[in-house]
Amino acid sequence: MKKILERIYLGIILLFMYAPIVTLIVLSFNLSKSRARWGGFTLNWYIRLFSDRAVASALMNTLSIAVLATIFSTIIGTITCIAMIGLSPRLRSVITGVTNIPMINADIVTGISLMLLFRFLHIGSGFMTILLAHITFDIPFVMLSVMPRIKNMNFYVYEAALDLGATPFYAFRKTILPDLMPGVISGALMAFTMSLDDFIITYFTKGSGFETLSTLIYNEVKRGIQPEIYALSAIIFVVVLTLLLINSGASDNIIKEKK
Amino acid sequence: MPKTLISLEHISKSFGSQLVLDDLSLSIYENSFVTLLGPSGCGKTTTLRIIGGFETPDNGRVIFDGEDITRLAPNKRQLNTVFQKYALFTNMNIAENIAFGLKIKNKPESYIKDKISYALKLVNLEGYETRMPDSLSGGQQQRIAIARAIVNEPKVLLLDEPLGALDLKLRQDMQYELKRLKEELGITFIYVTHDQEEALTMSDHIVVMNQGYIQQEGTPEQIYNEPENAFVADFIGDSNIIRSTMIRDELVEILGTRFACVDKGFGENKPVDVVIRPEDVELLPPGEGSMDGVVTGLTFKGVHYEMDVEAGGFEWLVHSTRLSEVGKKVSIKVDPFNLQIMNVPESEDEEAISETV
Ligand SMILES: Nc1ncnc2c1ncn2[C@@H]1O[C@H](COP(=O)(O)OP(=O)(O)OP(=O)(O)O)[C@@H](O)[C@H]1O
Ligand SMILES: [Mg+2]
Repeated sequence: MKKILERIYLGIILLFMYAPIVTLIVLSFNLSKSRARWGGFTLNWYIRLFSDRAVASALMNTLSIAVLATIFSTIIGTITCIAMIGLSPRLRSVITGVTNIPMINADIVTGISLMLLFRFLHIGSGFMTILLAHITFDIPFVMLSVMPRIKNMNFYVYEAALDLGATPFYAFRKTILPDLMPGVISGALMAFTMSLDDFIITYFTKGSGFETLSTLIYNEVKRGIQPEIYALSAIIFVVVLTLLLINSGASDNIIKEKK
Repeated sequence: MPKTLISLEHISKSFGSQLVLDDLSLSIYENSFVTLLGPSGCGKTTTLRIIGGFETPDNGRVIFDGEDITRLAPNKRQLNTVFQKYALFTNMNIAENIAFGLKIKNKPESYIKDKISYALKLVNLEGYETRMPDSLSGGQQQRIAIARAIVNEPKVLLLDEPLGALDLKLRQDMQYELKRLKEELGITFIYVTHDQEEALTMSDHIVVMNQGYIQQEGTPEQIYNEPENAFVADFIGDSNIIRSTMIRDELVEILGTRFACVDKGFGENKPVDVVIRPEDVELLPPGEGSMDGVVTGLTFKGVHYEMDVEAGGFEWLVHSTRLSEVGKKVSIKVDPFNLQIMNVPESEDEEAISETV
């Protein structure tokens, strides 16, 4: 009995969570433009979407920002974690707290503050400002997944490598880096997902005349929703979901490996 | 006179406000097996890490083969370490682990291969080349760590409690193997342990440490038979340590009874500590020894019996192969050369050191 109730409860939760997205995906294949009636299956909206120049350029912008932001935030976040090895536990938790603020902070606050900062510093708006903003909010996610690896690290192997004649850099590359790598990769995937996903911060820091997928969708929606947008949203959803699955699959593997 | 290979000169080291090593000086001879022995936290690992280059002393110098290496990086030192905790590279197999140091030195492939099989043979793990460290037992891992160190042909091997995590039987086997290894390699071993039996079995030279001070150094026989203070006597094995009075040369008063001894030069009517090993106490029928008493406790220890004897207001620890039942009246006899007389600590500092035992 308890089991059945549990199942039903889980079913309801999943329904609430995924019903809107399922609706969206279904509508993206709907031949009829109406939201209320099923007019038959079509790939029309997807085809139209891919022939749209604005969408193509927004996609390019989104991807290049996500890739660059991932690269920079992964490097900066990882180096920060490594630097924290030498700090006292107290100072470490202070720094972790400070770097976590952008993560807990409301996106809209982060977005507006970054916009004001960029104005103040006269950093040209568009690609550059969005990239800087994304790097900023990606770093805590990278640190969040690298830090546990640092805490559990066995530093004797690093010293053992030095003892056997390795230079500090070679010893680092052979012992500490391989240990950190799973955390770094999952941090990078997190950062990439967050970057692809973001709307609010991008919206406030982009300036005019520069669109990413999320801001493009927002603009289109203001003009009245076209079914192409359903198609686009469905694609974004699937991509993000895939990334998340890869990420959790990777961490599962790490856990298995440890055992 | 053997050649001094390493000398530590007036080394001090603090972590924060904690003084871990205080003005420590030590000479280590070439080809000797030197053991640093002391209770947990006394600074053994810290001393070893200073020799290995992983810590820099606050004061003092480390001299290796006539050269000051106090500030030389660990990777530039001609010595290798077997760490207290397992430190094999878990992402490499056994052969890659052993080859690590040799690859850095750009040795040819065939030389490395020969060295790997030679080292594995030496530690009795032939055929383990492709195994991963995680699939090995604790003792095997530690032997691989030793193999990985010795293929580099260091002049000195530093070993930090390498057998600490092993069970008794394996530990005894490994003690034997390590001694054999040392003879075969003909290099200097600096060995750290808090196990006095291990130290006595394996070493040429023992350095007894406590709270960052060297309490005594010498051969195992010297340390065991002639401990210089109560700390060493107590740490190196069960002992009867009794505060007594030196009446004059070769006569000491213990618990109100005068015993003949062989020590001289302590002065007249001076307080001293007397150490008597439990196996040196003889139990005779009442009236035949120096001091009468009664047996109050008895434990069978395998090779001998351990008995507690109440005599002169002191509980004597006695080891003997001859059994005396609890309640039996006995008399204690100790041969003069088995009484080890030690100065009573003079300064409060020294006192503190011996009281923290
Ligand atoms: N990196 C460090 N930071 C702070 N304190 C340290 C550090 N390394 C050692 N200590 C302290 O120095 C003292 C001596 O430590 P050390 O490791 O040399 O002891 P040990 O004799 O090897 O003990 P054990 O037998 O337990 O290994 C200890 O009180 C320890 O807490
Ligand atoms: Mg230690």
